[in-house]
Amino acid sequence: MKRSNKPVFWSLFGAGGMLAALIGTMLVFVTGIAAPAGFLLPGDTMSYARMMALAQHWLGKLGILAVISLFLFHGCHRMYHCLHDVGVHVGAGIKALFHGFAAAGTLVAAYLLLSIGFGG
Amino acid sequence: MGKPKTYLRPMTGWWRRNPFYRSYMIREFSSVLVTVYALILLFGLYRLFQGQAAFDAWRAALATPGSILFHLLVLAAFFYHAWTWFEIMPKTMPFIRLGGRRVPDNAIVASGAAAAVALSILLFGLVWWVTR
Repeated sequence: MKRSNKPVFWSLFGAGGMLAALIGTMLVFVTGIAAPAGFLLPGDTMSYARMMALAQHWLGKLGILAVISLFLFHGCHRMYHCLHDVGVHVGAGIKALFHGFAAAGTLVAAYLLLSIGFGG
Repeated sequence: MGKPKTYLRPMTGWWRRNPFYRSYMIREFSSVLVTVYALILLFGLYRLFQGQAAFDAWRAALATPGSILFHLLVLAAFFYHAWTWFEIMPKTMPFIRLGGRRVPDNAIVASGAAAAVALSILLFGLVWWVTR
């Protein structure tokens, strides 16, 4: 019997959902509201120097990659299943497109993080 | 012979028929905003890679009222996602036994929510401490 790829995507969906549930709300608040508006946090919270330092650190790279990749896999997996709910019944090709989109986003993020390098 | 004409119940607007369906669809729609948020961050990473001028332009775009309003919507979606995620955790997790007894559902929901609150405070505290 051919092995199902379901557990892989289900795990990525679950990990993304858990990460989003645990820190997603605060992350959106910090990056989308507090830092840009200078509300509760200084307006230069996400300065180029600071974000570069974060992206150059291996732990920062890991964090950025985890957030972007897992949120994408979580979102795309659910959007795919949503199609069924709105009456669009699609096959395996479209499913691969949704998961492929998340995988492509992950690869782009990994490439950018590697290109940014480790500083010094 | 053509295809047999099987009756298919129309699906238009089915989620408007029942408040439960409506909240289900709102929850599912939050997945679109989660994806868009991930793409905003990915684009920011690309702008960071391009250099300071590009990254500052991305930051300026984030500071516009339209972006802040949009992020308020994303914030609501993430909060709703977190709430429902922990609400169904007793059903999505295998049973946990402590001292021979099953951990009650509300304890699982409460500990999930408590972990989210603790980690969120930790994250905000970390950012605040770094930018002090």
